[in-house]
Amino acid sequence: MGALLHELFLQPFAEFGFMRRALVGVTAIALGSVPVGVFLMLRRMSLTGDAMAHAILPGAAVGFLVAGLSLPAMTIGGLVAGMMVAVAAGFVARSTLLLEDASLAAFYLISLALGVLIVSLRGSNVDLMHVLFGTVLALDNAALLLLASISTITLLALAFLYRAMVMECVDPAFLGSVSRSSAVAHYGFLLLAVLNLVGGFHALGTLMAVGMMILPAAAARFWATRLHTIIAVAIGIALASGYGGLLLSYHFDLPSGPAIILTTGLAYLASMVVGRVSSLRAHLFPPRHLAA
Amino acid sequence: MNAQRPSAARVSSVAPTAAPPTQGAEVALCNLTLGHDRHPAVHHVEARLEPGSLTALVGPNGSGKSTLLRGIMGELRPMTGQVVLQGAARGRIAYLPQLSRIDRSFPLTVSELVASGLWHLTGIFGGLRADGRARLSEALAAVGMAGSEARSIAALSGGQMQRILFARVLLQDAPLILLDEPFAAIDERTTDDLLDLIDAWHAEGRTVVAVLHDLDMVRARFPNAMLLAREIVAHGPSGAVLSEANLARARARLAAAAQATPDVCEIGEAAPAPALRAVGGEGL
Ligand SMILES: Nc1ncnc2c1ncn2[C@@H]1O[C@H](COP(=O)(O)OP(=O)(O)OP(=O)(O)O)[C@@H](O)[C@H]1O
Ligand SMILES: [Mg+2]
Repeated sequence: MGALLHELFLQPFAEFGFMRRALVGVTAIALGSVPVGVFLMLRRMSLTGDAMAHAILPGAAVGFLVAGLSLPAMTIGGLVAGMMVAVAAGFVARSTLLLEDASLAAFYLISLALGVLIVSLRGSNVDLMHVLFGTVLALDNAALLLLASISTITLLALAFLYRAMVMECVDPAFLGSVSRSSAVAHYGFLLLAVLNLVGGFHALGTLMAVGMMILPAAAARFWATRLHTIIAVAIGIALASGYGGLLLSYHFDLPSGPAIILTTGLAYLASMVVGRVSSLRAHLFPPRHLAA
Repeated sequence: MNAQRPSAARVSSVAPTAAPPTQGAEVALCNLTLGHDRHPAVHHVEARLEPGSLTALVGPNGSGKSTLLRGIMGELRPMTGQVVLQGAARGRIAYLPQLSRIDRSFPLTVSELVASGLWHLTGIFGGLRADGRARLSEALAAVGMAGSEARSIAALSGGQMQRILFARVLLQDAPLILLDEPFAAIDERTTDDLLDLIDAWHAEGRTVVAVLHDLDMVRARFPNAMLLAREIVAHGPSGAVLSEANLARARARLAAAAQATPDVCEIGEAAPAPALRAVGGEGL
């Protein structure tokens, strides 16, 4: 029994360096992306996250066109493109309220098509798969360093901007009336989101990176009611799903990025059904009300 | 419940600056025109609010009261003229908007929301010391919400939320306080409590402006009034300002503005003229 458990849950990591690297990478992504995702969700900006993730694709593709499969070139290209869409999305949200979701959808459809087109101009299908679905099982030292740096920067920046970001979500007019930090909080947050999506894209691909942001946050909403507990639960869900997804992909020989995101998706569905807070279970079997 | 009813004395002990009266801010409006897009909503306003004055801002719907407060706040940039504030730095004006855009679904507790009123002390990063915590619970007690620190803001009634926002204004300890229809949808008892708070702010020497529609309340509780109908119709002691003649002039002026052919300076959003005519006598 013990041997079986060992073989199922530990041996893949004990035996293979690439599995350990993948686990480190996923851990770094979870620590950085998840808190950002919680704020994205609470600001009802999940779709913006999606649009930014897709916008990274043509940016990274231009980097790829210039320098081939090079980490720095693709990172910088992704950052530039992601920031452009983040700023454009903020501008759109402010000036044309009604059109926000439609124009974001337009943004990312165009980006996606453009990105695929650019990559296929020069690369093979393998390269395209790399950009779209990431290479969590082939993270080299430079990539791991990048992921770890991004999550470190993210956690430090969040610690510093936390209060301003919370007020920017809850009562932006008030924040504007007492402090000048409103713009810093707004654009700083968008920058963090783009940074994490760019980091996530090396491991999980542009399409999956945003899943690691949004799904754990959405799942945690069914378990916790305070902001810090939501973040803590979401990080826990992301870590567990990352580990579980890697095991699944190892044992069943599945592509690792989709396996990780699907595991996170399962955690979300399960939370939606049995979670503690306004889940289906709470809906169908309401607890008896308290005596008045 | 009665034990929690705030008294003026109780309230003034909350603000540490209360002992030597706060130096209220002076507000001077110089040829001020404010508007939305290119449509002016208040025209060429000239007025001075004395330090420590307590003024009710009255006028029919659409007469530009909220616009004027937002202009004083600095949220709207003047089209002509300027707002000159003395004794109230940027970030030291407490403002309660007519429709607060607070996202009540955000997972935040009452104490976390109210504590943001101490931003001028804590800044973005500073902690709430024991003294701040004490002031927070005193402020909650002063608005009759003692012991609600840990409640979620999503679980408050509309009136309770308004009390909480008053508690935040209390903590802001500001020399200039702007309240836009603070008693809309508030029961009589709560209104009385909050009026007592306003009296206490006045007694402490703060400059207070409140937008109100209840003219009897203005006459009874507010020494000064400013009657607005896109421009100032009257400004001075409440009794004199709220004369029947002035009120009729205000209604007529707003109705005229609504029907005026749009020229460069007179353009306004179509004011709801029929509704205005329907409102007679005391109501505005
Ligand atoms: N955001 C806005 N955009 C365009 N026009 C606006 C805006 N807000 C107000 N207005 C217009 O400006 C004028 C003054 O509006 P304001 O809100 O200042 O009136 P008010 O005196 O506060 O009315 P009420 O008693 O209904 O609150 C109105 O004609 C209104 O239509
Ligand atoms: Mg108004």
